[in-house]
Amino acid sequence: MTGSRAVVLRPGDLAPLRIDEALVRRMLVSFLRDETAKAGMGRVVIGLSGGVDSAVVAALAALAFGSDRVTALFTPYRTSAPASRVDARLVAGAYGIALEEIDITPQIDAYMQRVPEADRVRIGNKMARERKSIEYDRSWPDALVLGTSNKTELLLGYGTQFGDLASALNPIGDLYKTQVRELATELGVPAQVVAKAPSADLWGGPDRRGGARLRLRRGRPHPVRARRSAAPARGPGRPGVRRRAHRPHP
Amino acid sequence: MTGTVRIAIAQCAPALGAFGRNLEMHERWIARAREADARLVVFPELSLTGYYVKDLAGELACAAEDPRLARIAAASRDIDVIAGFIERAPDARLHIASGYWSGGSLRHVHRKVYLPTYGIFDDGRYFGAGERFATFESVAGPAGIAICEDLWHLSVPYLYSAAGATIIFAPSDSPGRGVAEGGDLGTADSCRLMDRFYAQYLTLYIVFANRVGHEDGIGFWGGSEVVAPDGSVIARAAEFEEELLLAEIDPALTARERERNPLIRDEREDLVLRHLADRLGLSPRAER
Repeated sequence: MTGSRAVVLRPGDLAPLRIDEALVRRMLVSFLRDETAKAGMGRVVIGLSGGVDSAVVAALAALAFGSDRVTALFTPYRTSAPASRVDARLVAGAYGIALEEIDITPQIDAYMQRVPEADRVRIGNKMARERKSIEYDRSWPDALVLGTSNKTELLLGYGTQFGDLASALNPIGDLYKTQVRELATELGVPAQVVAKAPSADLWGGPDRRGGARLRLRRGRPHPVRARRSAAPARGPGRPGVRRRAHRPHP
Repeated sequence: MTGTVRIAIAQCAPALGAFGRNLEMHERWIARAREADARLVVFPELSLTGYYVKDLAGELACAAEDPRLARIAAASRDIDVIAGFIERAPDARLHIASGYWSGGSLRHVHRKVYLPTYGIFDDGRYFGAGERFATFESVAGPAGIAICEDLWHLSVPYLYSAAGATIIFAPSDSPGRGVAEGGDLGTADSCRLMDRFYAQYLTLYIVFANRVGHEDGIGFWGGSEVVAPDGSVIARAAEFEEELLLAEIDPALTARERERNPLIRDEREDLVLRHLADRLGLSPRAER
């Protein structure tokens, strides 16, 4: 039963955002199965980047459909970090998913030669859309494309429309980055992938699209949570448990 | 009444907008409940239509006497049925409704009174609100129906209890939310608190029938349960999975519990009425 203890949130305290990983895994696996079956499909396509978001989605998909029904694509550009390939392979191997590599350098360079004035944000957006275009092509005729954008990115608007933001189903769209990491550990995502700094790997290193520097590592306040923690008090809570300010409802 | 009454909850996953498919689904669950010797089977809210019907509401709506509901009536010849549908009232209003079918005909309809319009809910945009809480005679005793949000309003189980109900049926479409660490699903926690509190302090049975499945990314969590007048959970279904849940309703337990714990006997409805009348300016004194 729920108690009535008032809870004061301190800045930097992540407790209210911690999730019950096993429960969330169960909910998301059943969500993927149910919605894919309703669409009359039995297979999914995922872009595996080597990062934790796509690793979590791949793990959920392997649980929901079996690894042989997951098409995982690694789509590097010539400037992509070599570590991304290593990590993408590590993740695919961890869940028994076959990983296909498709180099997008030829088509990106062919197009970009015609727009020499394009800055790196524009090139990055083009790459994100090229990747998604390939994922959708490979979903033909019986698969859905899974999204890999987390709630932190979605709330901040950090993503490329019709690029990484595009999907048929996005199982992690209601999880903050810190929560994705919690779930990753539950799902057995390799530790080096869970621990690495977020990067779109569009031009090498962690410096991200539009130059925004986001610190999303565990234990550091991210912008959304920092705003929430300004609220003075919340309830209900239970001993040892701080509840999210959800209004559970019928 | 003597002896116990076995009831069943059909914790199912209705298909959104597919009335025909849902009718067949109902017939299958009713047959299963009958085979399990249940005398009543309770379906979740809007079990014949799905929940987030939005602009489909008008197409899916039927009058209480609509021939599309005849198959449910026919199926109720040897087992009572509570099922959810969209009722088109004679004044053309659309209501979220739950009907009680028995002996081949529709005996009672409750129209959802409290239509949530906050958060992820939009009931009030598509439906008209019901306006009464009427009790009726069910196979398990005098009963009232509280559809989902109705049960969250304290006055609803109170009014049913004041009118003599010993069992409240709560057909629900409750989306699962609140995944905080260290406990149950937040929604489950709240619902179980309500079920147990109402059952124990109104000394009656609470029959919470929740659906499972997904609609547009919203997951319904199931976890249907039956709580006895002593506050004990006598049956509880799994979360997120379909299940036919069986429970024995024991009128003798209600009688024993009401002797031991005579809260209803001693309840001062007249004081409640007087306070509310004063507050609303309806009492003779206020008119002076």
